[in-house]
Amino acid sequence: MTENVVPKAEFGPDLGEVFGPSHADGGPELVQLLTPEGERVEHPEFSFDLDDEAIKGFYRDMVLTRRIDVEATALQRHGELGIWAQLLGQEAAQIGSGRALAPQDFVFPTYREHGVAWCRDLDPLRLLGLFRGVDQGGWDPNANNFGLYTIVIGAQTLHAVGYAMGMQRDGVVGTGDPERDAAVVAYFGDGASSQGDVNESFIFAASYNAPVIFFCQNNQWAISEPIERQSRIPLYQRALGFGFPGVRVDGNDVLACYAVTQAALQRAHEGSGPTLIEAYTYRMGAHTTTDDPTRYRLSSDVEAWKLKDPIARVKAYLVRNGLVDQDFFDTIEEEAEQLGHHLREGCKTLPEPSPLSVFDNVYVDQTPELAAQKEAYAAYLASFEGAH
Amino acid sequence: MAKITLAKGLNAGLRAAMEKDPKVVVMGEDVGKLGGVFRITDGLQKDFGEDRVIDTPLAESGILGTAVGLAMRGYRPVCEIQFDGFVYPAYDQIVSQVAKIHFRSQGKVKMPIVIRIPFGGGIGAVEHHSESPEAQFAHTPGLKVVSCSNPVDGYFMIQQAIACDDPVVFLEPKRQYHADKAELDESLTLADADPLFASRVVREGTDLTLLAYGPTVKTCMQSAEAAAGEGKSIEVIDLRTLSPLDMDPVLASVRKTGRAVVAHEAHVNLGMGSEVAARITEECFYNLEAPVLRVGGFDTPYPPSRIEEEWLPDLDRVLDAVDRSLAY
Repeated sequence: MTENVVPKAEFGPDLGEVFGPSHADGGPELVQLLTPEGERVEHPEFSFDLDDEAIKGFYRDMVLTRRIDVEATALQRHGELGIWAQLLGQEAAQIGSGRALAPQDFVFPTYREHGVAWCRDLDPLRLLGLFRGVDQGGWDPNANNFGLYTIVIGAQTLHAVGYAMGMQRDGVVGTGDPERDAAVVAYFGDGASSQGDVNESFIFAASYNAPVIFFCQNNQWAISEPIERQSRIPLYQRALGFGFPGVRVDGNDVLACYAVTQAALQRAHEGSGPTLIEAYTYRMGAHTTTDDPTRYRLSSDVEAWKLKDPIARVKAYLVRNGLVDQDFFDTIEEEAEQLGHHLREGCKTLPEPSPLSVFDNVYVDQTPELAAQKEAYAAYLASFEGAH
Repeated sequence: MAKITLAKGLNAGLRAAMEKDPKVVVMGEDVGKLGGVFRITDGLQKDFGEDRVIDTPLAESGILGTAVGLAMRGYRPVCEIQFDGFVYPAYDQIVSQVAKIHFRSQGKVKMPIVIRIPFGGGIGAVEHHSESPEAQFAHTPGLKVVSCSNPVDGYFMIQQAIACDDPVVFLEPKRQYHADKAELDESLTLADADPLFASRVVREGTDLTLLAYGPTVKTCMQSAEAAAGEGKSIEVIDLRTLSPLDMDPVLASVRKTGRAVVAHEAHVNLGMGSEVAARITEECFYNLEAPVLRVGGFDTPYPPSRIEEEWLPDLDRVLDAVDRSLAY
């Protein structure tokens, strides 16, 4: 056994243990409006002001989002996808924040924001192309105000700030017109919080007072590395050092995620600048379908988080208060079945790219040398016997 | 007609581009009030305001990353990297984002970003202020890479780069900024200028072709002049565009002269000269009287400035390569 020679960092008490980047309950600062048992609770700063119909809608969104995740995972197991990044457990964080968006707001996702994509009306089939290897995203970000999935960790947070700077220059911030005022939401994770780009995006956003919400889904794990490897303080507290507010919300509470995001969006819309939201949640699945979390975390942790399931608590609320009947659940289940069918059948019919298509869209104005390379490769392909 | 330096040419070109298109924004470190450490953006913030000439925090990845977002929103950012050696913190954003987003989006998102980089040595600077990183960007599909060598090209090429819908790495030979002046006919328009992605014969000759760009164009012109005194007729081509390469004028010249020498300040190993030599060899094998030779910086880190003039390819080292080629 190798002896460690580097001592553990010592600078006073372990702030992680005191404040808890991984505090079992999220710590005293956690904004919660719906308990894991399905009980509505009040918070002095944030309130959920939509009706029960909206909550039913969130329930449906979360169930269907989870179905997308389940189907895509199965498609990977069947060899139809090369890989899939699962969102299991993060449905409330994504639906709550996604449903708070105004149509004119813009989203910069990571590669795991399947629930936010759902809120932006992107056909979930489009998400599969990247993971099947038939494209690299390829949807039009301007069609749904939903950016392309970004794989380099944290890079998109800077794009979000730049886009928000563009909104400022377009005069769509602080006009007082709710149909017009716009903002950007940048999604990222706890692992990305260590990236230089994320920290630079905080600085740029603060410096220009840009209308950005930094929505960090702290799912406790960056592949195998726990949050304690990324931070010794709760992530939301970092915002203070950059000069804007940070808030930790129960990421498994869709009502709280909606309320907190809406409040942050209102701030951004009116021109009051950025907010960091730390949605405190848990990655119930693996990092991706190639990962094996049993090598680095305890199943008892996963079991504990199962009791905080984001969908179960909404279901408990709806049932306990007699807001729904069995038809409600049956209808959603039927929708989920149709969605699953759509994904299974659609995945197999996603158009295969032709080898020659790789030359397309490298440039807006293709260079003569690339055109020549394409032509030569086409001739080469055509030279084989039986080629068309 | 006005006599201008490269710095003035670039400044006037930036101004013209900003006047023409309100979506053009200039961003970088010290580009506003100060006008840039080389004064290339001098006076622009005063005339176009802080929204269009943006002093940024000191973070190069932040500059390029936010430029991506601005471009997505319909703007045409012109980013200044203060010195060549400071581009590396932005390397990921340039190579993984700027260069690939048009491809990744299947053509739905354009990245009309210009990345201005003062490059090359010869100014007696400290480490990281004298480098020539062009090959790293020319090696990256999705980027276009050009280099101006004189004031008039500076004036026109920067406007053309800004008008280009693809991202352009725009390399400016910093030691030329305030050096030689040239006549700029201000009645000329962009339509009168040579295309951006075109090489240009700048001196005709019959015995050998010297290929250069940026700071070495002047070196090669002086070398050709010196060689003429010894009865050697040297043709000089300013490559101007490094990605794509415009090989037709180069190949036509080499078919005529049979000999080629490429000179750049960048390290020779896998530098632009290697690609140019390979393409000449592929296209003009039977026209060649000698292998294509390369003259450049040695394959070492850039040296302390007291020995940079020895390290950089100068007139004598270019002529040495010319002589070696002619001796074949």
